[in-house]
Amino acid sequence: MTAELPPGLALQKVDERIMTLNVGPQHPGSGHMRIVVQIDGDYIVACDPDPGYVHRGEEKMAEYRNYITNIPHLERPVIHDSCNVLYPYVLGAEEILGIEVPERAKYVRVIASELNRCIYTQYWLAIYGIFLGHSTMFMWPAGDRELLIDLMEKMSGARVTHAHFVPGGVRNDLPANFEDACLRQVNYFEKRIKEYAAVFYDNPILISRTKDTGVLSKQDAIRLGTTGSVLRASGVDYDLRIKEPYDVYEELDVHTNVMKEGDSYARSKVPWLDMMESCNIIRQALQKMPKSGSVRTKLKPNPKTKGPETVYKRVESGRGSLGCYIVSDGKTEPYRVKMSVGSFRNLIALPYLLKGEKLGNMPSVYWSLNYWPVEADR
Amino acid sequence: MSEETEKPTPETTEKSVAKQEEVIELPALEKGLSEKLTSKFGEKTSIAFVKENRVRVDVKKEDVHDVAEFIRDEMNFDHVESVTGVDFPDDKEIEVVYHIGSYTDNSLANQVLTLATRAPREDIPIPGKDGTRLPTLRDIFYSVEFHEREVFEMLGVYFDGHPDNRRLLLPEDWADLPPLRKDFAIKGR
Amino acid sequence: MLKDLVTPENANVFVGKLGDILEKAIDKPLGYAINWGRIWSLWPVHIETACCSVEFGAASSPRYDVERFGIIEAFGSLRQCDLVVVQGTITRKMAPRLRLVYDQMPEPKYVIAMGACAITGGLYFDSYNVLPGIDGVIPVDVYVPGCPPRPETLIQGCILLQEKIKRMKARKFV
Repeated sequence: MTAELPPGLALQKVDERIMTLNVGPQHPGSGHMRIVVQIDGDYIVACDPDPGYVHRGEEKMAEYRNYITNIPHLERPVIHDSCNVLYPYVLGAEEILGIEVPERAKYVRVIASELNRCIYTQYWLAIYGIFLGHSTMFMWPAGDRELLIDLMEKMSGARVTHAHFVPGGVRNDLPANFEDACLRQVNYFEKRIKEYAAVFYDNPILISRTKDTGVLSKQDAIRLGTTGSVLRASGVDYDLRIKEPYDVYEELDVHTNVMKEGDSYARSKVPWLDMMESCNIIRQALQKMPKSGSVRTKLKPNPKTKGPETVYKRVESGRGSLGCYIVSDGKTEPYRVKMSVGSFRNLIALPYLLKGEKLGNMPSVYWSLNYWPVEADR
Repeated sequence: MSEETEKPTPETTEKSVAKQEEVIELPALEKGLSEKLTSKFGEKTSIAFVKENRVRVDVKKEDVHDVAEFIRDEMNFDHVESVTGVDFPDDKEIEVVYHIGSYTDNSLANQVLTLATRAPREDIPIPGKDGTRLPTLRDIFYSVEFHEREVFEMLGVYFDGHPDNRRLLLPEDWADLPPLRKDFAIKGR
Repeated sequence: MLKDLVTPENANVFVGKLGDILEKAIDKPLGYAINWGRIWSLWPVHIETACCSVEFGAASSPRYDVERFGIIEAFGSLRQCDLVVVQGTITRKMAPRLRLVYDQMPEPKYVIAMGACAITGGLYFDSYNVLPGIDGVIPVDVYVPGCPPRPETLIQGCILLQEKIKRMKARKFV
């Protein structure tokens, strides 16, 4: 029995008090995964996450497609954050193919990436509201994110699956008057998300449900290798946009939001603060962006690589650091593509945090990990 | 506008004359990291490349545990970002690559140390029961736990000493070859 | 006379016959009433299978607000649901669970296949872990194409399903 338990959760005594409960995959509080919890009364004594319900073999498929045709399916893991999930792959492919990116394209990428971060976080926040039984908090973010989806639709032509980033820049230039519309919508959006404090973050019900639940200390956050908002909510100031700036992030003034508590409340608040930071970055990028110029270095449909090479590129996505490891053997298809995604890295914290927690707190702890099952399964 | 014209030039020159100047131009940090490793382990490690922010070390599978322990204790790297298995059927080997980063040491925040090791590969794999084995790094870096489970099911590399070598992503009734091996062909290809 | 005929043993037969006659007489209006009830209570099971669930969620957002049609109100218990919206790719691990969920639902039940992956496998046609469409697992009523379908498309698919139910024979499930 002990061999079956997740490691780090040595269960001394198993008796008839312990009940095993399957949460998911058909459950309002699980998403696309199954969490096997063992409960003693109302308290969780062990938890075994069982992902893989959306494992689609994208890494294997990437070995059969060339560097351009890999783009559509590699953005599917997180379709509402599709620019960020594609970003490290595109950066890696550019290094392997040896392409330079025009300056304007880099700014367009930053704008698209930050817009996508907000779109992702809004959806995440809406589902967090559902998980906590807070219907208003579903309606508000789900409605406000449509503003930014409109912007992305103008920019790329698609509602969620943009496929906008390509090796060598972005697929097409910004439409006319995009800057004004973007500035106007982003300003309004920022005004709107500040109102969430009154209905959600200062709500005593939310605070009582999420404060001091699932506390992840700073040492454990580092030891478990968590990333993104989970890490920053535990007091580690780590954001790849600052620590290892890619594209034009070093020319922009980026701040991180760090909270020290490490509980579910902090983990739910950090992405919200990050959205305001994203609005700042978008405004800066709009200001500094070259007003004209090329946005794409043209490539052949089946581009040649420079030769055998391995690259590992990281970006800060909505769920944390997202790495892409590409092994090239000199052919037109990559030899191996590995996506090291934030959700999969944060999953390890789930059994750790749920131990000793009440069963009723499971959805709030689980979703506060900024977890998107489709991405974790790839 | 002047910024825009100036910016690309250093990059292009750096790329074109990278061959001669790469070793000299590199920041001292990456060189220091690689020298620290070679001075400690000597011939056991071979530095595959030293690029900007990236250092790659190849070690034999007998030494990977010691090297990882040294990396954690002496070099301030504290978590593994990703574990990747790469199949090389021609060499009859499977490469397992650990990308190790650091949160605690601010000077190493942009560094990724790549630790690569190789396991022997069997043509007809029996995952968990054949010679495709590596020592686990979970007792050194706790964060490799799910990553190593993934590598086990995707490539059939068994990690000796890993407490929980169960299936993670694939269906429970998967009885085929580990899917990320090169001889596992997907349909229609 | 009638008292002698109806014994406790065959009372059910007589009552049943009477019911048959009654239903024959009012079959059409009754069927219409039953179908009318069904088309306004299409509640989907809470099972997300892949990334189309993002657009499924967006369909409930204030801009699209699918609940104004009286359909697709996300609901917890599958015993009270009569619609499965298969939101995208069905992997080999998920397929038995999907069938299990479908089998547990009471009749009548309807299935909408949402997205290219649920219809044919879509982008993942050559993946080793993805089924080429869900037709082999559960019977599908309406196919909603797109990758992912926009919320409007999903709403249109639901309205198509309503039209279909209106023309269905209600007695089949009684």
